[in-house]
This record gives sequence, C-alpha cells and structure tokens, in this order.
Amino acid sequence: MPKTMKPVDAVMIGVGWTGGIIARELTKAGLNVVGLERGDFRNTNPDFLTPGVHDELAYAVRNKLFQNPARDTLSFRNNVRETALPIRQFGSFLPGDGLGGAGVHWNGLTWRFLENEFKLRSNSIAKYGAGVLGEDCTTQDWGITYQDIEQDYDRFEYLCGISGKAGNLDGKKIAGGNVFEGPRKREYPNPPLKHSYSQEMFRKGMTEIGLHPFVSPSANNSRAYKNTEGIQMGPCAYCGYCERFGCEMSAKGSLQTTLLPILLKEPKFELRCNSHVLKINVDSTGKKATGVTYLDATGNEVIQPADIVFLTAFSLNNVHLLLLSGIGKAYDPATGQGVIGKNYTYQTGTSATLFYEGKHFNPFMGAGSLAMGIDDYNGDNFDHAGLDFIGGGVISQSTSGGRPIQYHPVPKGTPRWGAAWKAAAAKYYNSSFGWGAQGSVQAYRGNYLDLDPTYRNEHGQPLMRLTFDWGKHERKFSDWLGGKYEAMVKVLNPQSSIISTLSQHYSIVPYQSTHNTGGAIMGSDPSKSAVNTYMQVWDVPNVFSMGASAFPQNAGYNPTGTVGALAFRTADAVTKRYVKNPGLLT
Amino acid sequence: MSDRVSRKDFVAIVGTATAAAAVPTAATAAGVPATAAAPPMEMAATTKQHGGMAPLGNEPEAYTYFTEPEAAFIEAAVERLIPTDQHGPGARSAGVAFFIDQQLVGAFGTAAKMYRTGPWDAGTPMQGYQLRQTPAEVYRQGIAGAEAYCNKTYQKGFAQLSAAHQDEVLKGLDGGTIKFDVVPAKAFFEMLLQNTIEGFFGDPLYGGNRDKAGWKLVGFPGVAAYYANKITDYNKPYHVPPVSIADVQQGHPVAEGHELMHHMAMENAKRLNEVNQ
Repeated sequence: MPKTMKPVDAVMIGVGWTGGIIARELTKAGLNVVGLERGDFRNTNPDFLTPGVHDELAYAVRNKLFQNPARDTLSFRNNVRETALPIRQFGSFLPGDGLGGAGVHWNGLTWRFLENEFKLRSNSIAKYGAGVLGEDCTTQDWGITYQDIEQDYDRFEYLCGISGKAGNLDGKKIAGGNVFEGPRKREYPNPPLKHSYSQEMFRKGMTEIGLHPFVSPSANNSRAYKNTEGIQMGPCAYCGYCERFGCEMSAKGSLQTTLLPILLKEPKFELRCNSHVLKINVDSTGKKATGVTYLDATGNEVIQPADIVFLTAFSLNNVHLLLLSGIGKAYDPATGQGVIGKNYTYQTGTSATLFYEGKHFNPFMGAGSLAMGIDDYNGDNFDHAGLDFIGGGVISQSTSGGRPIQYHPVPKGTPRWGAAWKAAAAKYYNSSFGWGAQGSVQAYRGNYLDLDPTYRNEHGQPLMRLTFDWGKHERKFSDWLGGKYEAMVKVLNPQSSIISTLSQHYSIVPYQSTHNTGGAIMGSDPSKSAVNTYMQVWDVPNVFSMGASAFPQNAGYNPTGTVGALAFRTADAVTKRYVKNPGLLT
Repeated sequence: MSDRVSRKDFVAIVGTATAAAAVPTAATAAGVPATAAAPPMEMAATTKQHGGMAPLGNEPEAYTYFTEPEAAFIEAAVERLIPTDQHGPGARSAGVAFFIDQQLVGAFGTAAKMYRTGPWDAGTPMQGYQLRQTPAEVYRQGIAGAEAYCNKTYQKGFAQLSAAHQDEVLKGLDGGTIKFDVVPAKAFFEMLLQNTIEGFFGDPLYGGNRDKAGWKLVGFPGVAAYYANKITDYNKPYHVPPVSIADVQQGHPVAEGHELMHHMAMENAKRLNEVNQ
C-alpha cells in the first residue's frame, strides 16, 4: 500500500530551470509546493569546486552529470520501417540528471527566438508560397508572438545576469549587438564577455565580407552580479570547464546560482531529491489530475496529492510521463491524429575547422558560451527565395575550452593514430579554431515519440521510442551553408580547413546537441497541439507541461532562453489568474 | 603577478568591509591579517593547501584485469597508437595500459552506465553500440581474436612482432580487413583507440598521462585555470608546467604558478555561500 502524503497546492516533477522558476513564483504567491527531483541533491559548494570538477574524463567523457541509461533510456530508429533499438549509451544527446538538471552542465548561450519564428508556418507560406514546406512538414505557428513574451525573456535574462550587448533596443538597431534580434526594452544586465584571439580574427574577417558579428549573449557572467532575487553570483574565470561541468565560480546561470538559496529557505517549498515520479494520477473522469505517484530513495511507492501538477523534467521526460500516464491522445504518424509525441525536433550542426601555422589560440582559455556570433544566416534573416528550404541557424565561433581528450583537431588526411597523428595533434592543438551553426529543425509527420513495444526501463515501464531523421529543410540548409562557409574560410586565410555538413542520416552515436525539442507542443488548436500557450494540457487543464517539449519545431538557436521565458509566462498566468479560477486559461 | 580578479569584482562579491570582516578567510586562519581591499588571490596566496589533504602515497601499481599476455598485447598496441618519438613519450610509458586496466575493472568496463537488457540485434550504424558484451569483455575477446590472427599470420604473438607488422595488424583492425568470430574487430579497435586517447590526455589520477606527457605534448595547462585576464593576450604563447588534480588537492608547489585558480574558486565559493545564506 503506497504511502499518501499531505496534499499540496502544486507539485513539480523535476527541479531544474522550469521547476525552480515556477516553484519560486508560486510560493511567493502563497502556494504550497513540493519539488520532486529524481536525482541527487547537489550545490556549488562542495559539489562543483575545483580541482575535482576539472576532470575531463569523469565529467565530459564518462558523463558524470548525465542520465544513466542503465536506469532509463530511449529506443531509437530512423524511420517507422526499422525496428527501434535501445540507446545503450548516450552519445548524440546527454540529458542531465540531478538537482538543477541540464541547467547545471549547459554552456549558457541564451537567446531570444527571432520574431519570425513564432509564426513560422504562416509567414513562410505567405512569403514563399504554399509549397515551400513540403507535404510531410508539420511545422506550426506557436500561438504567441515574440512581443507576448518579451518581458518574460527579460525576466529570465535578469535572473541569470546574461552578459551581452543589445542589437535592437525598442526598434533601434545597434552595431556590435545582434541587429537581427527582436526589439528588447532594455540592455542586457551585464556587458559582453571579453573575447579570444580567434574570435577577434573571426570578427574582423566576417565584418570584412559584410556579415554582422557580435559577442553572443551568455549566462557566464562577465562580472560579479547580484540577481533579481538578491543572490550574489561570481564572475566567470574563463577556465574552460563549462559544458558538461558545474561552475565553481557561481558564474554560470543555473538553479543553484540563481534561485536555490531562496528556495531552500522558503517554508512553503519542500524539496525531495531521489524521488522518481512514475506517473501522473488522474480521477475517474480522466480530465483532472489528482497528483503523482513516485518512488522514494528506498524504492517505496509514495502518492503525492496536488491541485496542480507541473511537468518540469527534461523535455524528453515530460513527454515520456505524459505517455506513461495516458494523458492526452498519443500521436499516430499513420493518421496524423493525436498530439502527445508529435513534432519531435532537434538541432543540426554544420561546422568549419581552420588550421594555421604557428599561431597561439590558447584554446584552453574559454567559457562555455564565449562565442562570436553571426546571425545573418539564421531564421528568415536572409532571402530563401529559390532555395527550397526554410529556417537557418546561428553561427558561433566558440572557445569553450580545449580539454584534450575531446579537443585535438588535426587537418584532413591525417592518420587517426601513430606518429603522424601525434605530430599533427601536437602541432595544431594551439594553432586551429573552428565554428559551428545551430541549425533549425522543422517538424515532419514521421518524426515523433511514442512508447516502445519491447524495451523497458528499471521500473518495468516501456522506454520512450524516438523515430527521427533529417528532412529536406535540414539537409538543404546545411549544404547551402557549407557553401557560404567557403567565403568565410577564405577571408581568414588558413593553411587548410575542413567543412562538415550534415550526415545523410541522423545517428545517435556522435555528440551533436542536447536540444531535444517538441513532443508536447504548444499551440492554439487542441487538435494540433498538446498544450495551450500557457502550457496547460488541453485535456487535463490542471497539468502544465513545461520546457522545450512545448516548441512546435526547433529554431536555429539554443533553447534555454525561451524555456525560461515560457516558465515565467506560465507562472504569471497561474498565480494571477488560474488559482482564482481553475480551468483552461484563455 | 599581474593577473588578478579586478578589485571591482572582488568588492562586488564580498560586499562591504564589514561583510568581508565577518567571513573568516584562509588568510586570517593562517595568522595573516586580511583587509577588505585585498584581492582574494593575494589572501589565498598565503596558504598552500585547502582542505589539508596529504598525498595519498605511492602504492605499487599492478594489473587487475589483464592477464600477463593481455597486458603485453595492450602495452605493445598503445605504444603503436601513440608512439614514443622526438615529440616525447608514447602511450606505454605514459601508463596507458595500466589506465585501461583500471578502467575495465570499474564502472566503464562493467558497463555500469549502459542499458543492458535484450533482445540484442546489430541494428544500423546509426543505432550505435548494440553489443551484448561489456567493454571489459570486448577487450578480453578482442585481444584473443587479435592474438589468434597474429599467431596464424606471423606465427608470433602481437608483442613479439616488429613495429611494422604491429602497425599492419592495427590497420587491419581499423580498416575492417581483419575479422573476429565473437566480437567485431572494428568495435574492439575503436574502443582501444578511444581509451588510449583518454589515458594519454586524462588527468594522471587515473593512472595514465604519467608525468603529464599528454598535456606537455600539446601544451595543455591542466586543471588550474584562471584566465580572465589572459584571454585577451592575443596570439601570445602561454607556457606553464601543467597541473593535475592531485597537485592542487595536495598543495604541490607547481600549482602555485597557475594564477591560483583553485584558491580563487574556493574563496569565491566560500564567500558566496556566506553572502547567500
């Protein structure tokens, strides 16, 4: 007989960015909140301190901070004709694990999506004709505009202390910032990070060929910062151990550095770590959630009744729990009906590496989101007429750290091992740099998430099955961009270079991105989306499904800025309107 | 020393002089009066150790997983993958064989972070690792397969072959022209190459990268890393003796040359902890 806990106003399934933001806003409004976190408790001190955290093997290679696939993973296939097999070790993406979630090990690139992104389907058809998307493309409008969440982006940026320079203040374009961004009401809270030698070369070269470089907005703080919660954060040390690591300087925006000290003191908030939610419980009507069932650290089942349930886990786990709980109609690619699991999207990579003779780029000096950005080839910032694809991607010349197990670039034609490899690795470690694009991914009828018929996790529940491959828009954009890279390489005059475009088929083996998006998408039409624009599950309005699983398709940017903004938007709607009058928000 | 946290940042972290005085620092604990104006690195520079960890000692190293013939194979193979030459020591003297041995008896070798439930199917290359074997088993079966091939082809074990013949065998594994019965030869080779690079470039605490041979080869400074004022020294070489986790944990003098990153970070974390209470 499972133990039943005292009912609360709201329960968070997962305590990372979205769970932390919503818990904070709800408790401020007087609600009692329980946060259920399946991983361990962890905090900057002592968990992320040097020297222990500067261990490339443990963190970056053996995945210390990531979900353990032995306990729960996904199965994968490229298309419905194949049999999905379990992802036995994570590669392509690395879901986070533990308090703070992926927000602990992220790099910190913090974007606002372009204005065009929120009306992507209708704008693309209006501008390029009905045929541009293609028959199987299920890319949709978001149901909100950029202006609807401008103030929410601002709140997230000031919570973290994002370092950057505005490129568009109230419509006024500012050189040195990203001139393609939507209008913002005020400057970033902190000035841009200092930039590296390779970034200075890149900035000069790209300016010379008419592009618009800018120092990318970063959640690695350029100076010590007291955030909007009164929490003191440190300055970035440019230590080069950011992506896949926790931050010893409290300089990277995360739950731990922006909200946790307040939440831990908040009497209306109770954090329960090592608590793995198995399902959301619904009443006999199926239209109302009654709470959740979880396993505590010792494996005992516990029922936590709650008036509101927030799915605040990693995007993939939000969708998995909706499917396991039977909430919302599961998507069927054969009919196109159903919404849970629909429009899974991801991110594409197109990269260039440049090799020089005798330069000193010192790649070990860096920060996770220290990057010189180019947005000229993102979204609809360039004319797509005649190109037969939509979308694009932000280009980043990043110096996030030259940790040598994973970073030892060698020129094309170098053997993979032996004396020639060793000589090349020694010669070029400090004399090369590169850049990459975060390409958008459109939604297609055949790319989706559902429950696997064969494989199960440690709790005996079906694994989630991922069916995904690149489509027309991704392949064509990457090829086109590779062509653009040639001019970008040429002006920088390297000894040699390598340009890499998208693989023929998506593979789960090499690391690409942990920007897994969609599957519980937002929108204004209940037949085409899982949640409304306040993240409420249409069928069960006291369940809110947060995070990047709500993106109808993925933009050519890192997702966290938008994830944070949407969390603030939901928190506002719940505290100001929903609690007075529970039901579907309009 | 010219590279320091700016005074502005320091003041912003610590707040007022009163707040700073309320926070005991390592410097005051060491009997050196601290002032609010002192940047944290100056204060920290007066202490050599944080946490007071003593060296763990020099226990003898021995192979735990590999049998003697297996160890001979691995020692010879990693030395061909990263050979000793004019650029410096190769993988054998950097301890890579011992590193791999230690990895195979731990979480990696026993597949502690791998989904291990059937049914098993080879799948497509895009579906990734689908072997039923743990990495430790891949090595055992892979070495056996390679030795069988060597004995059949050269009538000698791998370790007894000339360097040229050893390279021939490794190329055959890499290129897929040599095949084994039980474990795919290519999968074995990929694991061996990946683990060799890990052992050569990973922190010495895992038994490889001895004398920081890998870090010295490429000029990687190791774990101590405060570069806030170095990052704008465009195109200037940065040469320091590399520093490992043990160097810092145990207060080795070499760690003191590294802009005192560890002190900085520890002081910073302690202060923020107090400020945010």
